[in-house]
Amino acid sequence: MKIQSPHLKMTKALTGIQGFDEITDGGLPRGRTTLVMGGPGCGKTVFALQSLVNSAHVNKESSIFVAFEESTKQIVANAATFGWDLPALAKKKLFFLDARLSPEVVKSGEFDLIGMLNVLEAKAKEIHATRIVFDGIDVLLGLLDDPTAERQELYRIRDWLVQTELTGIITQKTGAIDADQRYGFLQFMVDCVVVLRHQVQDGSAFRNLRVMKYRGSGFTGDEFPISLTAEGMQLTNRGPAELKYTVTNERISSGLPRLDHMLNGGYYRGSNVLISGAPGTAKSTLSGLFAAAACKRGERTLYVSFDEGAAQIVRNLQSVDIHLAPHLKSGLLEMYSTRTRGPNVEDQFGALRTKVREHRPRCLIVDPLSALSAKLSHLASADAAQQFLDFLKAEGITVVNTSLMNGISTDEATATGISTIADTWIHLSYVVQDGERNRALTIVKSRGTGHSNQVRELTLANDGVTLTDVFVAQGKVLMGVARWEWEQEELAGAKRTKVAAELKRLQLQLSQAEAAARLQVVQTEMEARSAEISVLADATGSASKLLKTDRAVLRRMRHADEDVRVATRTGSAKNGTRKNIAAGAL
Amino acid sequence: MAKLHKKPPRLRLRLYIAGHAPNSVRAIANCRAICDEHFASGHELEIVDLLEHPKRAVADGVIVTPTLIKLLPLPVQRVIGSLSDTNQVLQALSSR
Repeated sequence: MKIQSPHLKMTKALTGIQGFDEITDGGLPRGRTTLVMGGPGCGKTVFALQSLVNSAHVNKESSIFVAFEESTKQIVANAATFGWDLPALAKKKLFFLDARLSPEVVKSGEFDLIGMLNVLEAKAKEIHATRIVFDGIDVLLGLLDDPTAERQELYRIRDWLVQTELTGIITQKTGAIDADQRYGFLQFMVDCVVVLRHQVQDGSAFRNLRVMKYRGSGFTGDEFPISLTAEGMQLTNRGPAELKYTVTNERISSGLPRLDHMLNGGYYRGSNVLISGAPGTAKSTLSGLFAAAACKRGERTLYVSFDEGAAQIVRNLQSVDIHLAPHLKSGLLEMYSTRTRGPNVEDQFGALRTKVREHRPRCLIVDPLSALSAKLSHLASADAAQQFLDFLKAEGITVVNTSLMNGISTDEATATGISTIADTWIHLSYVVQDGERNRALTIVKSRGTGHSNQVRELTLANDGVTLTDVFVAQGKVLMGVARWEWEQEELAGAKRTKVAAELKRLQLQLSQAEAAARLQVVQTEMEARSAEISVLADATGSASKLLKTDRAVLRRMRHADEDVRVATRTGSAKNGTRKNIAAGAL
Repeated sequence: MAKLHKKPPRLRLRLYIAGHAPNSVRAIANCRAICDEHFASGHELEIVDLLEHPKRAVADGVIVTPTLIKLLPLPVQRVIGSLSDTNQVLQALSSR
């Protein structure tokens, strides 16, 4: 017996199931057997069928689907929701073998699958099939009513697959009472085991997928949420462990110039913006502004709304001078409205992804994301939201999400998991004051952007949306009429201050003038005094001189005759007067 | 009762087997024994080896081997297995 050298590298067969091919690094093991196990309604058949459809579409390879449980008709009908066009495929690339036994069939003794495998082998050769699915084989083998015989037939299939080198998928039910005991060996027998699980948490259904085993290949063993969309099954991967996005410094307008200014130029392209706020705080209006601005730049935009119809949104936005209708008409803008209740969260995110792939928007609005995250109290959906946003980021799509939130409570915010990956978080709130309710806008965070820390008042009017500075007085933020009053008050106050200043200036001028005048008086007085002083000094000097001369004269006179004295009387009288003055002065 | 004396149609059987697989070999033996014992008066037994005629098996909707098909008298009835349970086989063959 010749032993063939093993293949050095395992070749794989893509399934076309988004995410699955990534976590298994290429899909199913080619030429080997994969077991897909799970409870009812997990998507085992979808998984198997999608793999065949992908093989037909992408690789142009043929396949065989052996259905033990459902008729071909049923399978085709069930798969009609996916855009696979099974009827066309069934004619050429996909051979369905209806392997159901009618209930009237009588069983007498043991049987085997030799005949069936032989038929299949002939068919595989005829259509050059590369893949084969055995769906629900337990239905048939259960008839054997003998675990040993069942096992023998399953090994027969495995050996047959190895020999024919077909890539095989066997689906197997779990959850039945004895299923695990009975078919547990299957997991050891095959090369790859995929486990699908259906769980219900808080009334929401979740489907998960996990690769349990993969011989000769690395794989990610985590459980991944799956969703069924129009394209089929897809995994919502947690994304790459390493976060690698191409980032740009490009800024795009939020649609509100003041807000752009507050953010140092607008949102970053490709970033994700969270607008949170209580009901009616104009979250949708801000979203609408962003959408309108994006369309004006000529960028494809997708507006996803929950529980509110597109027409209603367009009408409401019109009332604040935001016009989306023309962009809808031109096809630049697409609006997608859906209900919150309905499919599970995974499926909803799956549907959104599909929409994104179809419309290829550069800007996306999800209003409100919390419609989905209302169910996000548990981890699984939070993951889904995060993965969805990760996906958008990888695609470089700028997204504005709104979120219904009454306060910036970290509990609420982290529960949704959105706030942590939001790059910019704008919070809108009501400020109730003096019997009024006004809207306030705050930027809670904005990564990589210096941003204003001030609260602004958001006003909506027929002619549009405006952001206004708010007034802070006595530790209180003033808005609305209070702000208006304050503004008036400020104006009046300013006027008063101005007048008062003028008055003061005049008063000062007056007192300055007065001072100057007083100074003049004093100066004049000074002059007068000094003049007086000098006069006085003069006078004193001459008086003493005079005194001297007078005395000399007197002495002379005393030495003289009486005649002389008499003769000079008039003259002496004259001098006497002078002497008196001098004496007075002294 | 007299009206029912009309001769019933002959028993027509087709047995699909897979080569010399044990179940198939047993089925041939069991089938012949039953026919000889209970339908000695008249029957037709065709044995088809599926390994040689896979297309006939597909046409007849045969999934497992061995499969015995009672073609006549109507209704068509199928028995799967090695036909080891004679009572089951007889019941199926006499169904009408």
